[in-house]
Amino acid sequence: MAMSATASSLARVSRFYEAPVGKKVVMAVTGMVLVGFVLGHMAGNLQIYLPAGADGVYAIDRYGALLHASEELLWGARLVLLASIGLHIWSAIQLATAANAARPVRYVRHSSLHSSYASRTMYWSGPIIGLFIVYHLLHFTTGTVHPDYKYLSVHDNVVKGFSVWYASAFYIVAMSLLCLHLYHGVWSMFQSLGFNHPRYTPRLQFGAKVFALLIAAGNISIPLAVLTGLVK
Amino acid sequence: MKITLNVWRQASPAEAGRMVKYELDNVSEHMSFLEMLDVLNEQLIGKGELPVSFDHDCREGICGSCGFVINGVPHGPRRGTTVCQLHMREFKSGDELFLEPWRAAAFPVIKDLVVNRSAFDRIIQAGGFVSIPTGSAPDGNAIPVPKKDSDRAMSAATCIGCGACVAACPNASASLFTSAKVSHLGLLPQGQPERYDRAVKMVNQAKEEGFGGCTNIGLCEAVCPKNISLENIARMNRDFTVGAWTYREAAAEGGAA
Repeated sequence: MAMSATASSLARVSRFYEAPVGKKVVMAVTGMVLVGFVLGHMAGNLQIYLPAGADGVYAIDRYGALLHASEELLWGARLVLLASIGLHIWSAIQLATAANAARPVRYVRHSSLHSSYASRTMYWSGPIIGLFIVYHLLHFTTGTVHPDYKYLSVHDNVVKGFSVWYASAFYIVAMSLLCLHLYHGVWSMFQSLGFNHPRYTPRLQFGAKVFALLIAAGNISIPLAVLTGLVK
Repeated sequence: MKITLNVWRQASPAEAGRMVKYELDNVSEHMSFLEMLDVLNEQLIGKGELPVSFDHDCREGICGSCGFVINGVPHGPRRGTTVCQLHMREFKSGDELFLEPWRAAAFPVIKDLVVNRSAFDRIIQAGGFVSIPTGSAPDGNAIPVPKKDSDRAMSAATCIGCGACVAACPNASASLFTSAKVSHLGLLPQGQPERYDRAVKMVNQAKEEGFGGCTNIGLCEAVCPKNISLENIARMNRDFTVGAWTYREAAAEGGAA
């Protein structure tokens, strides 16, 4: 009996995920987790603009130490993020594969009237942001591609890391693409979860645009501040 | 008017197709697009060539038979209009137009601009119905329906199943069509008993037919000759999700145990 109950709940999950609607729900839920992370990550990073305290420790260094205070919680959060991004990418690959198979013969003439550039380029902005995340982790988490990395001295790592102009340039490009990705994704996840209302959806779409621009502006300001010598 | 047409010519499903160029002089701006093709076909027949095949029936914009892609836009540039109700006054003399059939694996080309849309019929067969006892007509007001619900159900029911949504979608998804059919029954009391089952079965059938998934781009809504709203797709997603997670097997003992 227990066996068949497990088998039937597995069948239920697979029945749900088999359908494109199920895959989009997975993308929406994992996207929501990642959007929450992106917001918190930016809020944390903007502390780079806060001065050092009386003890000479930068606010962002104190914040970095706080995040690393418990290895268990840190890895718990990391695992949730890794699982989310893994599922997000896996569903996207399957949806893109199905979409390709669904139109084997292309149109001679294309038109993309009444659709946003952001929505049509999710399969481009996504993978580039994915590559950026790998680079970002090697840059500021492991320090592998950083010129002079010191564990937990966040302020110095940021200043030295962004003083390399091409590293900063890649960050700016990646954040512009993240802006595009969020511009569509942040309202689209509500649609995928079945929420659409003539009163709220236009506001959600507007809110998604504002959110995407704020995230991009906040994140891009940091390498620019380093390059212009505002943060040193 | 002088119009240059590049038309997809494909003799049969098995043969390869190609674009063929035709020049038309003296096109009247009062002609419908299909009448312009009728004129082209008369000329082709006169020259002993095969006419261009295209689907059409009512030519009043209500049957859903006609439709092909004009310069990348299903049903052409005028919004909320089928190609039979599109008139040549929407174009100007000297225009070059590219006519292609709906492009989707689930809509194989039969000939020229004609595609096989029976995949849509199978999606309807999977769940686009209500099981009600027939017999004498029930009293008209026996089941109260809020006006707002009946209006939304009616809006969804205006879908004529032409396939333009699939043709426009970068994923060749049939979500707008399927969701219109799911919503038009799901919004009414008579559609409640099968509501969640219907969404699950129709969504699964659309996938079986080889249509892609919806990524909320919205081109379907933009080209729909009946202005079916994306809100229906959200409703379908909701009903599918509830249906998939709350599904129960039929009781083995007929419900008596």
